[in-house]
Amino acid sequence: MRFAPTPDEPRLTPFPGGIRLPAHKEVSTQRPIAALPLLPLYVVPLRQHIGEPARPIVQAGDRVLRGQMIGRPEGYVSVGVHAPTSGRVLAVEPRPVPHPSGLADLCVVIEADGEDRAVEPTPLDWHVMDASSLRNRLREMGLAGLGGAVFPSFIKLNPGARRSIPILILNGAECEPWITCDDLLMRQRASEILLGAQIMRHMLGAQQVLVGIEDNKPQAIASMMEAAIGSDIRVVAVPSIYPAGGGKQLTYLLTGRETPAHGLTTDVGVQVFNVGTAYALYRAVVHGEPLTSRIVTVTGHVAAPGNFEVRLGTPIADLLAAAGGELTGATGRVIGGPMMGFELKDTAAPVTKAVNCVLVKDAVHFPPPPPALPCIRCGACARACPMRLSPHELYWYARHRDFGKTQALNLFDCIECGCCSYVCPSHIPLVDYYRFAKSEIWAREREKKAADEARARHEFRLQRLEREKQEKAERLAKKAAERLESGAVSAQDPDAERKRAILAAAIEKARKAKEGVQPRNVDDLPEAVRKEIASIDARRTGGNGADPTP
Amino acid sequence: MLSAILVMSGIALVLGGVLGWAAIRFRVEEDPLVDKIDAILPQTQCGQCGYPGCRPYAEAIAKGEADINRCPPGGEEGIRQLAELLGVEPKPLGEGLVHKPKSVAVIDERLCIGCTLCIQACPVDAIVGAAKQMHTVVPELCTGCELCVAPCPVDCIRMEVIKEDISNWKWRYPVVSLTALA
Repeated sequence: MRFAPTPDEPRLTPFPGGIRLPAHKEVSTQRPIAALPLLPLYVVPLRQHIGEPARPIVQAGDRVLRGQMIGRPEGYVSVGVHAPTSGRVLAVEPRPVPHPSGLADLCVVIEADGEDRAVEPTPLDWHVMDASSLRNRLREMGLAGLGGAVFPSFIKLNPGARRSIPILILNGAECEPWITCDDLLMRQRASEILLGAQIMRHMLGAQQVLVGIEDNKPQAIASMMEAAIGSDIRVVAVPSIYPAGGGKQLTYLLTGRETPAHGLTTDVGVQVFNVGTAYALYRAVVHGEPLTSRIVTVTGHVAAPGNFEVRLGTPIADLLAAAGGELTGATGRVIGGPMMGFELKDTAAPVTKAVNCVLVKDAVHFPPPPPALPCIRCGACARACPMRLSPHELYWYARHRDFGKTQALNLFDCIECGCCSYVCPSHIPLVDYYRFAKSEIWAREREKKAADEARARHEFRLQRLEREKQEKAERLAKKAAERLESGAVSAQDPDAERKRAILAAAIEKARKAKEGVQPRNVDDLPEAVRKEIASIDARRTGGNGADPTP
Repeated sequence: MLSAILVMSGIALVLGGVLGWAAIRFRVEEDPLVDKIDAILPQTQCGQCGYPGCRPYAEAIAKGEADINRCPPGGEEGIRQLAELLGVEPKPLGEGLVHKPKSVAVIDERLCIGCTLCIQACPVDAIVGAAKQMHTVVPELCTGCELCVAPCPVDCIRMEVIKEDISNWKWRYPVVSLTALA
């Protein structure tokens, strides 16, 4: 389908595939963003972003202030973690976290003191700061993408060898059903978002800034357009076709530039940030506040659905309570949206930078999935796939653990949007197979790397042992040669002469004894026997004997 | 007639010379099959296969002296890959060999007397320490071969199974829930 271009909007290029979904957005957009009251306890995970988890720099008993760093970035792909309020650290220990595994991870548990004192904010003068130190500050301030992937923002803000990225896209599409946190943020804080975008633009050296918003959010579009008056930032309404909010899809929609396979949007000169990230960046730079809170949608089967400004580390149980609690008949909770989200195992898990929505399920909207039937090769998934992959073939190979083939079919270009599973008439959980295949491949790569390192170390060890053996042999040979040169016994030895004499005497004795040895042992024999032996000898040598034997 | 024979034999001599030179110049020193087999083996260097390390086992397989089912750390997956590489049928793990979950050695540092026997036994230099100093295992480098366990005179080394955490967690193979079918 084609969209008629309007004079002030760029022509949209519809991406392949995609599906129209019931939005359910109105459930949680009835009230403005509400702040959560201060809670007695916060559980702050140290792994809230993609990459290496932050290293804890506080311990039980320490007092912390709001905005104080409690986790230092470790390694390159990592950002800082900060205390959400002032109080005392109760423990640094594994606690349940929002993760599909339901496993525990290292968290800093903070008991709030109720005063909510903050560290002195350090606003940054981004106009004069050089890009590198600005990025370093953002890294320390914990900036990570708030759209859900939580990739450290400072890395994305580094144009690197390209020196500049011409187009910056702010992603306000929010294509997943039910989620409205970006919608409300754009309605209420549009000018702050655009200020954040200006900072991003400055860092990237972008000439053009585009904001893509799905057309099912007219209020957000109006608010953003109003804020953009007087600047050259263009706010563009995009059709509500899932997954328009995918970075590569939105880039294609707005610019017509297609990201190459295994590539990033920066390969075609576009960088995409979520509007929430732009807002957080604005807070970090202009107000000097590290990332300690975000907007979270609580929706679905709860008494008072809505959007909340939530401190990172807030237990999800408390957040649900703030939304009036779950209604009877709730069948589970999803973190994220219904398409890409995952089941929450434990409501003690806290809100992290990645949590944009807590969706409480009920039997009406989320009936249990019907049993999966065999693939009938109808091709519906291939038509729905926005990445132009062959989901049915990927499924086939992933199911048979033929991971090499899945990679050949560009498994890693799959964005796990769930369109294929949604349209599958056989109700096959296709994305689950892709996730399984991806994590198996990653695990194998890890194992392969470990094996290669082990081999290198083993070979080095063998080499070292061989070298040590050789060196020892050489050392011994050298020592022996020295001994030979200086004589068997050294001259310094006072007993040398005596020893040599004893040795010589012994050798002489042995020699004499050897010379004196008789050929026959006949010395001690009686005369008769001697005669007899002599006669035998004579007969043997002489042939016929003269004397007859007795 | 004679010139034709001379031309043909001349060409034959030149080509033969080139081939002979190439055979010497581009000689493959080692059997490339050994490398391929060695790449599949898990490099635990545990010696459970009966050979002193992964490479000797790979060489034995390449020569046809050893069976492909002698490597417990490689498990079923390793056997499958070896079978695929060598074009033979996969078979179950050899008798008396058991595939164990991946684990690492842990030294009880209160008991360690600093004898260095485990350091000498470790095939991948994953244990640090010195004579009469406490030793410790670098868990990232340990392959879980268990070779350090037996030499320890005070039995202070134990094997610990690597626990699943968020960094090594994997998505499970999707299963159809039976309750949905009922």
